[in-house]
Amino acid sequence: MAKTLAAPAGARRDLGIALLRMMIRIRVLEEGIEKHFLGGEIPGFAHLSIGQEAVAAGTCANLRRDDAIASTHRGHGHTLAKGTSMRGMVAELFARATGICKGKGGSMHIADFSVGMLGANGVVGGGFGLVAGAALSAVQRKTDQVAVCFFGDGATNRGPFHENLNLCAVWNLPAIFVLENNRYASTTSTAETMKIENVAMRAAGYGMPSAIVDGFDGFAVYDAVGDAVERARSGGGPTFVECKTYRARGHYIGDPERYRQKTEVADVMTASDPIVRMQALLGEALSLGEFERVWAEAREEFADAVAFARSSPAPEKDEAFFGAYTGDREPGNPVHDFEARERDEFLPFAPNVGTGSQGSGH
Amino acid sequence: MRTISFTEATLEAMQEEMRRDATVFLMGEDIAKQGGIFGQFKGLPQEFGLERVRDTPISEAALVGAGVGAALTGCRPVVDMHFADFITCAMDELVNQAAKLRYMFGEQCVVPMTLRAPDGITKSAGSQHSQALEGWFMHTPGLEVVVPADAEDAKGLLKAAIRSDNPTLYFEHKMLFPRKGPVPDDDDFVVPIGKAKTMRDGSDVAIVTYGITVGRAIEAAALLEADGIDAMVINLRTVWPLDYGAIADAVARTHRVVVAHEAVRVGGVGAEIAAFIGEKCFDELDAPVVRLGAAHVPVPFAPVLQEAMYPKAPMIADAARRLVRKTL
Repeated sequence: MAKTLAAPAGARRDLGIALLRMMIRIRVLEEGIEKHFLGGEIPGFAHLSIGQEAVAAGTCANLRRDDAIASTHRGHGHTLAKGTSMRGMVAELFARATGICKGKGGSMHIADFSVGMLGANGVVGGGFGLVAGAALSAVQRKTDQVAVCFFGDGATNRGPFHENLNLCAVWNLPAIFVLENNRYASTTSTAETMKIENVAMRAAGYGMPSAIVDGFDGFAVYDAVGDAVERARSGGGPTFVECKTYRARGHYIGDPERYRQKTEVADVMTASDPIVRMQALLGEALSLGEFERVWAEAREEFADAVAFARSSPAPEKDEAFFGAYTGDREPGNPVHDFEARERDEFLPFAPNVGTGSQGSGH
Repeated sequence: MRTISFTEATLEAMQEEMRRDATVFLMGEDIAKQGGIFGQFKGLPQEFGLERVRDTPISEAALVGAGVGAALTGCRPVVDMHFADFITCAMDELVNQAAKLRYMFGEQCVVPMTLRAPDGITKSAGSQHSQALEGWFMHTPGLEVVVPADAEDAKGLLKAAIRSDNPTLYFEHKMLFPRKGPVPDDDDFVVPIGKAKTMRDGSDVAIVTYGITVGRAIEAAALLEADGIDAMVINLRTVWPLDYGAIADAVARTHRVVVAHEAVRVGGVGAEIAAFIGEKCFDELDAPVVRLGAAHVPVPFAPVLQEAMYPKAPMIADAARRLVRKTL
């Protein structure tokens, strides 16, 4: 629970309110996605980050628009925190042509290059290389950009984690590895999949400095990642930040959660909900009225995004056949001409289906 | 035109593209200080420095993954795989990331990465250093696959691969590196991706092939000429996008086709070509298409075993001869 500290003032207060606002936007988005997924408007798989909002908010508050992040299958919070619009995200999840990825990515493959968001990733550990590459790219192009990789504890048991941490360390690249240790790798407890308590000790094996922070505390995440960003920008190389957090929902929406007690979730969230925590940390610096207004604005923003998504068209069927290669929309281009022939074969048989979950998988 | 080796041709391509575009850089194992295991990178670090010609850890997944990340953020990385066989250590990065990101992100990004992959059967390199894997990647939407047959292709296709905004695999046969051939003097010479080249015109039978097997097909054509058979040789140059038009033209001209490659025959590039001809050019055929490729076994070590299991000129010539004489 919150410590009895003096309420933050000045810039620290503004930061706390900004973090709180972002966490509430993420919470509203995630709860809304859950509702509309269960209501059949969102097809595919969706993985929620409720409980982990402080990590996304605290990390991205340190980043510039031209810095890069790579996210995970549990990436809605990271995407929103990096600056993607709720409209673009919700329309994407609703499989609409106006989605940020034109309805071709969905929850697990959402990206927004206009804000440096290099994508959620359907492959656990898929982001490590992308971040190493983005950091390497900053060095090659002689910019002071940094790149942040979000990942879970489960990903640290994959080979690319080790290869890329070593590569970033030995080349002193401006990368920050932000671990969301949420205690579960899919449906298996972290205690069953690794013998160590603190994953951050793995960073030491690559000569990389690390920090371990309370991942429910937005300020703590902000400060630790802020140090890492400063180190990376000034040529000091990569840092590993382990955020101890918790996944308050199942691995995916619909997960029967046979691997843990319901009381465990309630206990952790009662003690540590990052939004309640930040509200407590702000104390008198934030009135109840202001707090409620933040929630109301977030709900309004989400409702607007849903209305936008619902009024948006599904992608044209033609779209299925184009976009894998540059130039493939230009007649005469060999890939275009091949794809167009395939389109002509398939389109007469392409069924009319809805945009929601009832439309997929038949 | 000058006569230079395949290795020199690739070096010229790297130099010219690195001079032309400051975002081109190169990384791989043993390339900067050693100059590459086939000498294919000699002199590059002296001109471009160790930041643009990077020796790396033995971490194929990280190299390809970082190649993708750098390509997404404004660079044109060239990643050397050491041996094509080691692409297997980076399959997620190549197949799930590089190939798919542009499509699934709604064309927000490009992935201008080139993978250089020395491949093919060499002097007893054995099962894990001899494979030709292009068929896997033709099967993967989102990738371009080029396979040079000679010094001219080596230079022009490598430059095209580096300039391409798509992730491109460049399979260079290890046995081709020392082989010399004519190369145009123009430092802007590029071989367009997706276009085949007729190496030898002929009217009796077409040998459709690519990579090192082009040379073997030309040898076969000489053997056939002695028998009075006029063979056409098509060098595909690019495996994907495949030049279906050139294949259809060759069928229309000769009405008999041998498809040949060093990669395993079953499920290979030749299977796609033979199927295409069967579906789209059936009425032009005077005989069934013959497919030649390696036997469906790993490449063995003993020279006598190795040389027994993939097609060279005599086998290609025999297949063509039997097609023409209708003694299948």
